[in-house]
Amino acid sequence: MIAWNRKDLVALEDLTPAEINHILDTAAAFKQVGTRDIKKVPSLRGQTLVNFFVEASTRTRTSFELAAVRLSADVVNISVSTSSLTKGETLKDTALNLQALHSDIIVLRHSSAGAAKFLAERLEASVINAGDGSHEHPTQALLDTFTIREKLGRVAGLHVAIIGDILFSRVARSNIHALLKLGARVTLVGPSTLVPREFERMGVAVTHRIDDVLEEVDVVNLLRIQHERQRQEYFPSLGEYTALFGLTKERAARLKPNALIMHPGPINRGVEIDSDIADSGRSVILDQVTNGLAVRMAVLYLCAGARGK
Amino acid sequence: MITTLLRNGRVIDPANQRDEIADVLLVDGRIADPATAHGKKFEEIDCTGLVVAPGLIDIHVHFREPGQSAKETIGSGAKAAAAGGFTSVVCMPNTSPAIDSASVVGWVKDKARAEACVNVFPTGAITKGIAGEELAPIGAMFKAGIVALTDDGRCVQNHELMRRALEYARMFDLPIMDHCQDYNLVGKGVMHEGPTSAALGLEGWPSVGEEIIVQRNAQLAELTGTPVHCQHLSAAGSVRILRRVRARGIPITGEVCPHHIALTDESVRAFDTNYKMNPPLRTAHDVDALLEGIADGTVTILASDHAPHCAFEKEVEFDMAPFGILGLETELGLFLDILIHKKKVIDLPRLIELYTLNPARLLKLDRGTLSVGAPADVTLINPGLEWTVDKETSFSRSRNTPFHGWELKGRAVRTIVAGKTVWAV
Repeated sequence: MIAWNRKDLVALEDLTPAEINHILDTAAAFKQVGTRDIKKVPSLRGQTLVNFFVEASTRTRTSFELAAVRLSADVVNISVSTSSLTKGETLKDTALNLQALHSDIIVLRHSSAGAAKFLAERLEASVINAGDGSHEHPTQALLDTFTIREKLGRVAGLHVAIIGDILFSRVARSNIHALLKLGARVTLVGPSTLVPREFERMGVAVTHRIDDVLEEVDVVNLLRIQHERQRQEYFPSLGEYTALFGLTKERAARLKPNALIMHPGPINRGVEIDSDIADSGRSVILDQVTNGLAVRMAVLYLCAGARGK
Repeated sequence: MITTLLRNGRVIDPANQRDEIADVLLVDGRIADPATAHGKKFEEIDCTGLVVAPGLIDIHVHFREPGQSAKETIGSGAKAAAAGGFTSVVCMPNTSPAIDSASVVGWVKDKARAEACVNVFPTGAITKGIAGEELAPIGAMFKAGIVALTDDGRCVQNHELMRRALEYARMFDLPIMDHCQDYNLVGKGVMHEGPTSAALGLEGWPSVGEEIIVQRNAQLAELTGTPVHCQHLSAAGSVRILRRVRARGIPITGEVCPHHIALTDESVRAFDTNYKMNPPLRTAHDVDALLEGIADGTVTILASDHAPHCAFEKEVEFDMAPFGILGLETELGLFLDILIHKKKVIDLPRLIELYTLNPARLLKLDRGTLSVGAPADVTLINPGLEWTVDKETSFSRSRNTPFHGWELKGRAVRTIVAGKTVWAV
């Protein structure tokens, strides 16, 4: 048994391969729990989890909430519209107030890179990063990796293509760290404006031609084209994006027979992925959602446990 | 009559090409001929082993008054300057309200006269409210006593307006100091654009956002003949441009701040906002280019960009924190440590020239020299003294420095303004 000593989960860049595998193994055990009649375990009974979302999210917040409920924790949801941050209170003060109310775990979604680290360094509570700006989204990458391991039996030696808006994607960065640490190869695919060559320094390949990689990869992970983040002309139109980078039926047909099609959601049907392909048997998009619950239970369980040590 | 004899120091006065062991006599606030000391009563300071330099000038500081006295006051900033070895500072006009009228210039000068232990020279804004839209009352501010024009903190984006500002400034022989930043290219950038920003997911501030304005300034300086001084250069390309256009005789100069040669963008990895400044920390390649620029004379002025901010303002998310760090009390130590001791980029007389003669020339100040008759502003430097930076002992009202705990070699040990010691170690 590998010791887990982290009260926080801030960034996958900080974790060792053994720690990542430990989370995935723990998640596998919790996934079993989800198939029982009684899905609830008492691990976090009496603990309070605050879902502190300074940026809009439905699925991640719900997934954390459900994970906490399954672990018997009490859950409070704070979203940006109800939070004091809109009144000019700093993140530090809001967090200190939450601590004064004896919150045990704070799940933070924030628009600034480094926000989760900022809180983790200042609070005794566990801080779980549910997405910090364009930096990291650790539990998303863990559930992606969990799904790959579950479906293909391994991660090491696989070739994964991450396709889309990499520059502004925390999902991409966390996936790059997780996949490389577990021995996979990673190729980033997208427009040159959103996938600059600088990423090669992280140890990945970069290409601007999706057709070059389709036949070689074991997994395609399609990122959502984030309309709300397109501050300028990174590409001319969604139509041109789809023509150059969309996973159309024709392109999907060129994938290896057992290649996985993944997407962190919410999907833009007809933009980054053909609608029928999204619904096809090769897509594991909904398995990812199911696995997200198990992965988040594992993360909450491990970090809460480390706090007591 | 106050008379002081600085005995037996290494007198370095680049304006007179002096570098010799000698005495310096200060009489009634002016430099005097030591031969006239005979028979007079004087206070004597033994300067054996010390460098006796003209009082250092920092042409780029933010003293935050009027309007932001929680960060710094003219009085506290002046004390920090004295403790860093500076006898004169040039303060930037991005205050609240901005220094964009004769009355605010007058207010700053009055406040400095009342509270500052060093000489404080105000600059005036190029444009009203530093908004980059209409010219500020340059003639009136000149009469009120500004030494240069700058919109520092911001950059005039409209090239036509910048051209007219330069043409207009020429009537008063006022140089323009420019913070070189193209807003469209830089966008919301908070750190150097490169592999580190890509890895961290922080928005990039690309080097070209500085370089393109340095080039713009060179073209406009050539067209108008008005000197342009490019502030806090950070990028290799800026040095390259400056070197090329200076060789053609265009009246343009550049300055380098210590953090841009002491640190790189890698420091941002911990998301510590004391490593957030504008322009941002760049790469080792840029550091080398800045050092080369200092070595070959492309860069002619050193300065701090002393930018105090309250702890609570800096203790926020990285992309929300204000840009800037303290500089006055660490800059000389950092430059001595890096330029003289560690990397041997230039020699001591040259370093002193970059802090005295060159800024005085640019701003036409009657200072920066030990010539007989000049104001008795003198800095005594112990170039070999080893010391540790301790932010808690800073005279600034703020504590935002990334250099806390750094061990440096070399510092000022006494600061003399108009013949009076205003600080000693």
